[in-house]
Amino acid sequence: MGILLNIIYLIATVTFIVGLKMLGHPETAKKGNLIAAAGMGLAIVGTVFVHEQQVSPLIYILIGAAILLGSIIGWLIAIKVEMTKMPELVSLFNGFGGASAALIGLVEYGKNVNNATQSTTIVSAIIIGAITFSGSLIAWGKLNGSLKSVVRIPFYNIINNIIIIGIVIFATFMVATGVDSKLLLYALLATGLIYGILFVLPIGGADMPVVISLLNSLTGIAAAITGILYNNMVMLVGGILVGSAGIILTVAMCKAMNRTLGSVIFGAFGGAAAIAGENKTLGSIKSTNPSDAAIMMNYANNVVIVPGYGLAVAQAQHIIHELEELLTKKGVNVKYAIHPVAGRMPGHMNVLLAESNVEYNMLVEMEDINPQFGNTDIVLVVGANDVVNPAAHNNPASPIYGMPILDVENAKHIIVNKRSMNAGYAGIENELFYNSKTSMLFGDAKAALTDLVAELKNI
Amino acid sequence: MNELLEFIENNLQITYILILAIFVGIEVIKSIPAVLHTPLMSGANALSGVVIVGAILVMLHADPTDYIALSLGFVAVVLGVLNVVGGFAVTDRMLQMFKRKK
Repeated sequence: MGILLNIIYLIATVTFIVGLKMLGHPETAKKGNLIAAAGMGLAIVGTVFVHEQQVSPLIYILIGAAILLGSIIGWLIAIKVEMTKMPELVSLFNGFGGASAALIGLVEYGKNVNNATQSTTIVSAIIIGAITFSGSLIAWGKLNGSLKSVVRIPFYNIINNIIIIGIVIFATFMVATGVDSKLLLYALLATGLIYGILFVLPIGGADMPVVISLLNSLTGIAAAITGILYNNMVMLVGGILVGSAGIILTVAMCKAMNRTLGSVIFGAFGGAAAIAGENKTLGSIKSTNPSDAAIMMNYANNVVIVPGYGLAVAQAQHIIHELEELLTKKGVNVKYAIHPVAGRMPGHMNVLLAESNVEYNMLVEMEDINPQFGNTDIVLVVGANDVVNPAAHNNPASPIYGMPILDVENAKHIIVNKRSMNAGYAGIENELFYNSKTSMLFGDAKAALTDLVAELKNI
Repeated sequence: MNELLEFIENNLQITYILILAIFVGIEVIKSIPAVLHTPLMSGANALSGVVIVGAILVMLHADPTDYIALSLGFVAVVLGVLNVVGGFAVTDRMLQMFKRKK
């Protein structure tokens, strides 16, 4: 029986690696996901049935009920969720994984107090699981808007650092003394939960893609640690794969925003001082109307659309696809330029556009589209601001200086759709709007694009 | 420090697997295009639900009269399964939408 279970775990581990690899190509991604899911199913069924232990029927019934309950809820959430809500959902599920690891640690602690290695893994699982759980819930709250403001307790940096050092000392003490106290165990859990809250609470909305990636990675690490505890290879390898994926995405997101991981966790975005000094006049703006914009686009050869999260907020994904189809039909070459942090999680904008039936090969990544802006007749910026702000290139005083941006100012004309002249997410003025090549198309994205499409149809 | 060395000595195999898995993870994921970052993340998120295996073990090893262990294990299994099923299902739903121009 032992060998059978190990072979099952081995197969599951291979499906995880192959599945993740296949997730990396649009053609094979769907199959890869199903392969990994099948492997996971196999590992779960194997764990429940393939062993020689005497287990009372009650326990089997409980396990069955728990699996059924979790499956139904998980499935219902998955088929109902809107694609704009993906970041919230990933955070929420992620928190559940972390909670699961922490709960396992709570049960196992009492049995392993005399073994330093085991109790080290257990307290680590509790701490990391607790941090990911509460941290993910806070991220979830921030993303769905129920936690609106950025809360900054004075000296939160120092407080957070003191807490994390305290947790490490506390955990070391528990392992070293082998104390078997439920009270201390729950106290450890509580400090982990508190740290998770304080860790995510001060982080601004614009930094959310980084935080989600990081929390995702931490859950993987918690799973891997639990794997060490049970000497279970499928948990170890599965957890590490997730940990690596999360770290790579975290680094990629930091790079895309020109932030170090440290500054996301410990620093405020820009800070009030940097923004306050920016109040100089940047010149005059030129506004346009849907009819003029439609004529310009109708006679262009190359049009690039730059969608930002504002597009999704205005629910204008479908109308932008209609615009793109219409232009293509008229012989205009249309592409979408996607900044790596467009949306609220890595790759979010791609999913939102895919949902509106935009073919994925029309979505061009930043590095590939930037050299093409020189040949672009018109760039249409919808609901994006900071990712097209030239201050990132030419204003060393700007908080976003050095951030890789879409170089839309190299195009012949730029049309920017915005509701008003308010500054972007980072609260920074955008001199692109004052560029002589730029025309502002004011209005709600959905309404403005609908008018634009109607005008285009009349030409 | 001594504890760490002792751990490595006693768990040499695990240590090797750990290190190799980190490299495999980095190699497998490194070149994934930004287009697929969200599905990758939700797929990876579903994979982290592998803690469910540990949660099931907790329940299998529990004494049927140990209600605390059983209820904590029960909640852990529910949350783990939620993560697994929800994660894979929503990833599948997302990937269904990715289409290529004919």
